[in-house]
Amino acid sequence: MVGKTQGDFEMNDDREKVLARISEALAVPAPRHHETPAAGAKAGIAVPFRAWLPPVGSDFEAQRALFSTQCVVLKTEFVECADAAAAAAHLAALAEANEWKKLAFHPGTINDAIVPHLPESLGLFKVESGYDKVELETCDAGLTECETLVAQTGSICVTALSSGGRALSVLPHHHVAVARHEQLVPDLTAAYERLAARYGANYPSFISFISGPSRTGDIERILVLGAHGPKKLTVLLLP
Amino acid sequence: MISIQEQFHRDTERTTADVPRRAFIRKALHGYEVRRDETKATFTDWQQARTVAADIKYDGLNHLDGYLKEFEEKFTARGGKIFWASNSGQARDYILKLAKERQVKSIVKSKAMTSEEIHLNPALEEAGYKVVESDLGEFIQQLMHEPPYHFVFPCMHLKRDEISALFQRELGSAATDSPEELTLIARRFLRQQYIEADMGISGGNFIVAETGMISITENEGNARLTTAMPKIHVALIGIEKILPKLADLALFLPMLATAGTGQHITCYNSMYGGPRQPGETDGPEEFHIVLLDNHRTRLLADAQQRDALGCIRCGACLNVCPIFKNIGGHAYGTTYQGPIGSVITPHFRGLQDWKHLSGASSLCGACTDTCPVKIDIHHHLLHNRRNAVAEKKVWWERLIWFGFVQTMTRPWFLRIANKLAPWGQKLHPLVLGTVFDPVRTWTKTRDFPEVAPESFHDWWAKRKETSK
Repeated sequence: MVGKTQGDFEMNDDREKVLARISEALAVPAPRHHETPAAGAKAGIAVPFRAWLPPVGSDFEAQRALFSTQCVVLKTEFVECADAAAAAAHLAALAEANEWKKLAFHPGTINDAIVPHLPESLGLFKVESGYDKVELETCDAGLTECETLVAQTGSICVTALSSGGRALSVLPHHHVAVARHEQLVPDLTAAYERLAARYGANYPSFISFISGPSRTGDIERILVLGAHGPKKLTVLLLP
Repeated sequence: MISIQEQFHRDTERTTADVPRRAFIRKALHGYEVRRDETKATFTDWQQARTVAADIKYDGLNHLDGYLKEFEEKFTARGGKIFWASNSGQARDYILKLAKERQVKSIVKSKAMTSEEIHLNPALEEAGYKVVESDLGEFIQQLMHEPPYHFVFPCMHLKRDEISALFQRELGSAATDSPEELTLIARRFLRQQYIEADMGISGGNFIVAETGMISITENEGNARLTTAMPKIHVALIGIEKILPKLADLALFLPMLATAGTGQHITCYNSMYGGPRQPGETDGPEEFHIVLLDNHRTRLLADAQQRDALGCIRCGACLNVCPIFKNIGGHAYGTTYQGPIGSVITPHFRGLQDWKHLSGASSLCGACTDTCPVKIDIHHHLLHNRRNAVAEKKVWWERLIWFGFVQTMTRPWFLRIANKLAPWGQKLHPLVLGTVFDPVRTWTKTRDFPEVAPESFHDWWAKRKETSK
């Protein structure tokens, strides 16, 4: 499956020429037009970018409050649920209010705990390897897990492995992401640290930070939600 | 055929005369500035963040060969394919050949300025492929048959009634003055394209050396759909987009959003490291990256201006530029408009043909002040002016400077010239506005100042005399 058909397509490229031109160009060192930053600011995962970016509180309560504030700004619905049954109840309410007929989801520990509590009237579509993308397009909502929630930016970090692939969190009109308390991190740096800790060098082929429902301002800079991706985004936070 | 410079003069004359459109653009950009300032204020230290971002870009560009090799190794190890293109022809040929080999029928595209740069769409259409731009602004521009007006806000110059008329004409939709309704029309039309397309073409905002990934920033979700649904993903990216580490994005993503649109962070920031991997439910079977040089190495070789390659295409310098606000995006005639476009275009497409852009600046430095990666934009415009003259002298400019030097180094001669000037000016009306008028570009829109009846030197001497 991986790159199966890629080997048979070859065309001579200019790799050596491009690299040679780069090396030749770099023979002359460039002046710095900016002052050299303070020591310790070498690029890398340990760099405390957080010293310059918008501040984030250090404890869970502060981070949850900030995440909640950012959700308001981004027009994400943020709901805290006591347990999987409460999350399912909220989904059922959303389904009724928005007239969902079918919910797409992927197998996962949190999802598997929620799905059995959903009303029988709601159709379900399980996203697994080889699923039908045309059918996914007909689903009203997509339920995914995630890697982390980022307090600083109100983002949800999804990956191909944690969140049912690439399309589930973007194709249906309403995306519902579920997460547990321990998945809330202060900032993007921390989110990248979590990813590195979990996957080492073997990252999923797709990682995305989702910050609010899909939007555009292309027409007269007027904000419109639901450009191509989901019109609505809900985050359910479980203990 | 008229020269590029002459075309520029004609276009700017036309666009600056369109006062209502200028007011419309100014209002939109003012809205942007207010929002950006609010977001900037939430940073603990925006200036320090800029310095660090500039430093990371400096490191990336000054070790570009090593980082590109690292990227290539990591990316190909995960089943991706890289094609190195020296020029636009090679890049187009590769994508065309790939489409033909894989019997592609329909192509969906997300926003990529590199594809504008290499004129990819016309080439694909000529070869018989249906290509649909999926970014709303780009989609509108594609229907308009005109290039993007601004490389971040492609259709910012169009009013909603113009877009409604366009959709009525091209898509047969009903008239509406609601941006929401217009967006929905495009959404409905484009949804089907994602499912049908067998090739998705994207650009890329960053290349991450450490992990062999590219990062794409967007608000609409069209790039995510373009890279999720079709079975082949092709990304067309300039070689300069390098970042050494994945976690560098923790700084660059918020900065790009803040400088670009005034958002804290853009809606979708996605990193792609290869085609679908074992254990993943979907994604393309093939992922090709075309690494485009297309004279970027020429700019890289100019050590003084190398930092201009660190541009993250946020568009902030356009948004604050008094020239952009008045002449608009199309008058530049370039893929990359505004101050940064005026710096890099002469390197990409020929200094002599594009040197006039270096003059399209008040040198106010607003671009340099706003640049999130601290590119010395307005000084580079000066460097380009200097380089253009050093490379090719202009005879009449030399003549004028010769005369100037002769006059200024001989006080007696200057005194005579000063005495004669008021008399000379009396003859000016005879030639005003004609080809014999030496200052006709000035007098076209302004009055020429009257020469003073006496020089400062004389006035000073007289004053000293009387105060004795």
